[in-house]
Amino acid sequence: MPGFLSTITTLTINLGNPVVHGEEWTIKELFVYPNEYIYWSIQIVMYPFMTGLVAGAFVLSSLYHVFGIKQLKDMARFSLVFSFALLFVAPMPLLFHLQQPLRGIHVFMTPHFTSAIAAFGVVFSTYGAIVASELWFIYRRYFVETSLKLKNKPDRTFSENLKYFVTTLLTLGSYDISEKALHRDERAIKILAGVGIPVACFLHGYAGFIFGSVKANALWMTPLMPVIFIMSAIVSGIALCMLTYIITMEIRKLKASRPGIPYHLREEIRGVELHEIRMTSKYLIFFMIFAISLELLDLVFRGYTAVKSWDVLRSVIYGKDFTNIFILQYTVGNLVPFISLLMPGLTIRRAVITLLLVLFGVFMMRWNVVIGGQSFSLSFSGYMHYELPMIPHNIETFKEGLAGMLVILVMPFVLFWILTKIFPVFDFKATNSSH
Amino acid sequence: MTRREFLKKTLIAGGSLVLSSSFLELIRPQDIFGEKQKATRWVFLVDTYKCVGCGMCVKACKLENEVPYDANVTRTWVERYIITKDGRLLADTPKGARDGFITSKVDLGRGEYKDIKPEEIEKAFFVPKLCNQCENPPCVQVCPVGATYQALDGVVLVDRKWCIGCGYCIMACPYGVRFFHPVYKVAEKCNFCYHRITKGLKPACVQACPFGARNIGNIKDPDDPVTKIIMKDRVSVLKDEYGTKPQVYYIGLSKEVR
Amino acid sequence: MHVLRPLFVFLAFIAIVLIARFFYVPKDFGIHERGYMYGWYRKSNEEEWKQVKVKYQGMEYCKDCHPENYKNLMESPHAIIQCENCHGPAIDHPSDPLKLSIDRSRELCLRCHTYLPYPTSNRANIRGIDPDNHNPGIECSMCHNPHKPNLGRSR
Repeated sequence: MPGFLSTITTLTINLGNPVVHGEEWTIKELFVYPNEYIYWSIQIVMYPFMTGLVAGAFVLSSLYHVFGIKQLKDMARFSLVFSFALLFVAPMPLLFHLQQPLRGIHVFMTPHFTSAIAAFGVVFSTYGAIVASELWFIYRRYFVETSLKLKNKPDRTFSENLKYFVTTLLTLGSYDISEKALHRDERAIKILAGVGIPVACFLHGYAGFIFGSVKANALWMTPLMPVIFIMSAIVSGIALCMLTYIITMEIRKLKASRPGIPYHLREEIRGVELHEIRMTSKYLIFFMIFAISLELLDLVFRGYTAVKSWDVLRSVIYGKDFTNIFILQYTVGNLVPFISLLMPGLTIRRAVITLLLVLFGVFMMRWNVVIGGQSFSLSFSGYMHYELPMIPHNIETFKEGLAGMLVILVMPFVLFWILTKIFPVFDFKATNSSH
Repeated sequence: MTRREFLKKTLIAGGSLVLSSSFLELIRPQDIFGEKQKATRWVFLVDTYKCVGCGMCVKACKLENEVPYDANVTRTWVERYIITKDGRLLADTPKGARDGFITSKVDLGRGEYKDIKPEEIEKAFFVPKLCNQCENPPCVQVCPVGATYQALDGVVLVDRKWCIGCGYCIMACPYGVRFFHPVYKVAEKCNFCYHRITKGLKPACVQACPFGARNIGNIKDPDDPVTKIIMKDRVSVLKDEYGTKPQVYYIGLSKEVR
Repeated sequence: MHVLRPLFVFLAFIAIVLIARFFYVPKDFGIHERGYMYGWYRKSNEEEWKQVKVKYQGMEYCKDCHPENYKNLMESPHAIIQCENCHGPAIDHPSDPLKLSIDRSRELCLRCHTYLPYPTSNRANIRGIDPDNHNPGIECSMCHNPHKPNLGRSR
């Protein structure tokens, strides 16, 4: 092919500045190595945030199933379904981030278990199996009853046909809903909920290990990282479940305040809602204390031992990122909600604001770890500033920008709504008859 | 068979097995058939006294290895360090020294430059950098799919068809030598011009350097001039506190080098 | 026992993944010489890297067709500079590319000849100029022949 090779060379020279991944949202200052950019940006902040919510929601659900804390019954089923919805959203930030998303299955095909990321395949599948199984046991009676009811119905509408098909499939062929069978179901639920707690913790803990084991990054490297991640994950999971619970209860109250519906029903909902929220907030406080203690311990140790990286880390933590860390994360996201939860007479309105602040605080923690760890150069003599792409002008700035972040934030609620069509959460009848 | 017979037979069988396999230690089939065990381990030698910062190495590397010339990433680069008489350290690497250092103004980023007058300079020098092809490469350890690996001769390579582009290897490298290839969208880094050294040629940067600041050698060959310098002269490596055991050795590496 | 049904579903999923893996993963993917930690890869990739085309040919490649320039260069202080440093890689020249570029920009020469008085660096030993004051904007090759600098004579 005449001129082919010279074309290649010319193309190489004149390719007209192909965009380097990370260059569009990184601003370098002082001495930074040429290949350094903020490679792990917003989607890598979103991923641990999402898996944290997954873990937290599951732990909350298990508090009822394993430890029999009866006051959390309503919340328990709700948070389990939500955890399942979150589980499907969790891989999305990764698919958005990968430079070769179609090759994502390689993690399942040739896992290299010396890498923490390779654990994703095993942990994700195991955890998904546990949650799916637990949901199956909880809703099995409902599937059987619905399937049999629709089977005998002569004229089915399209949606009823669909419902019949889905519920029949989900019975997995076992129609025995005798007392003995249901008792076995209950035992299975208890076992799964118990086994699932460490697996849920591992699902998020391994994300902490991904960061904590990178010796090249002075901010990330600490053995405390997995534990810090798990603790703040549980905090975020509890907060999200409480928040979504409040929203759904408010919708039910609204429906119950229509004319013709007895007044005491609305009062009953309100009473249950307030009780559940006050109960759960005690657990939230406990885990918040744990999470903040570990983070402060890490900071104190770093300052005390003052190794080679301390100079640049200090300039990042106390200088560049001071607002992000101390104002946004520690004060607005931790101290203020902490005081608010401790004050007596917690109202629903105050709880909503507090929970939103807690979620914000957890998000800022992920941000400060991921982005903060890339705010300084490996040379320890330079800095990198991250500018989140607001308005996308190409695929990269869409995926790794504000637009991509919003898609991920919205998806759990969309999926949750779809899942409630299969696993009903708000039907009073289903509440009382199944588990 | 009685117990005694069984024990006797086992001992004889075991003993003969041990004896015959120890024979293999004395005479190794690989040596007889001429195949050497791990005969090559590539190492690199950089003399920072000789480097003048012309950047010919960076240009040659980009063209030889098809890294887009105008993209702000490079498999190898040169850093400039200036230490002033009042103890300040300034360092820069404009475009990785692709165009050399043609001005005395130091690039501080964000469009700022600082000119240092000659009388203020205590010492200044250039430091070329490239992948260290570490003996314990942390980048290979953290690859989740086995897309990057170390060949038997020590060079760390990336499988462009298997890499998923997660960037973990880039995060794990303490030296900052890895990046995403802007066209292939997979991880990329210096591989000592593997296609050249396996044919008996020198890497493009070594050949291009007019002043002999860059050299490649085989540490397993005691007659290699590079090996002799590494073994007998005073050399150092970058960031050895990470335990990576880097295999790029430096002459004249000053304490200020990052 | 109906309680084991979800487990069977899970095992079925694993079976599907393993079957897919058998067809998708190349046969030479496995643990090679350096062990699982450093040697988990597809072996044929090594050969793929060895097959990359060599582009820079080295000075001896140019000698036969360009004897004059080669001779002048070898007798000058620029003998240490590869032809391809300034003219780009030869690849399969003269069949492909037909011609190599001739870069007459100041920036090419200034790589070495911007005088930088750096103590302990070899750069201070190269005679050079201040680019802002020495004929700014004019090509160096207007007055200096790169293959035969001969500055010693002009002093």
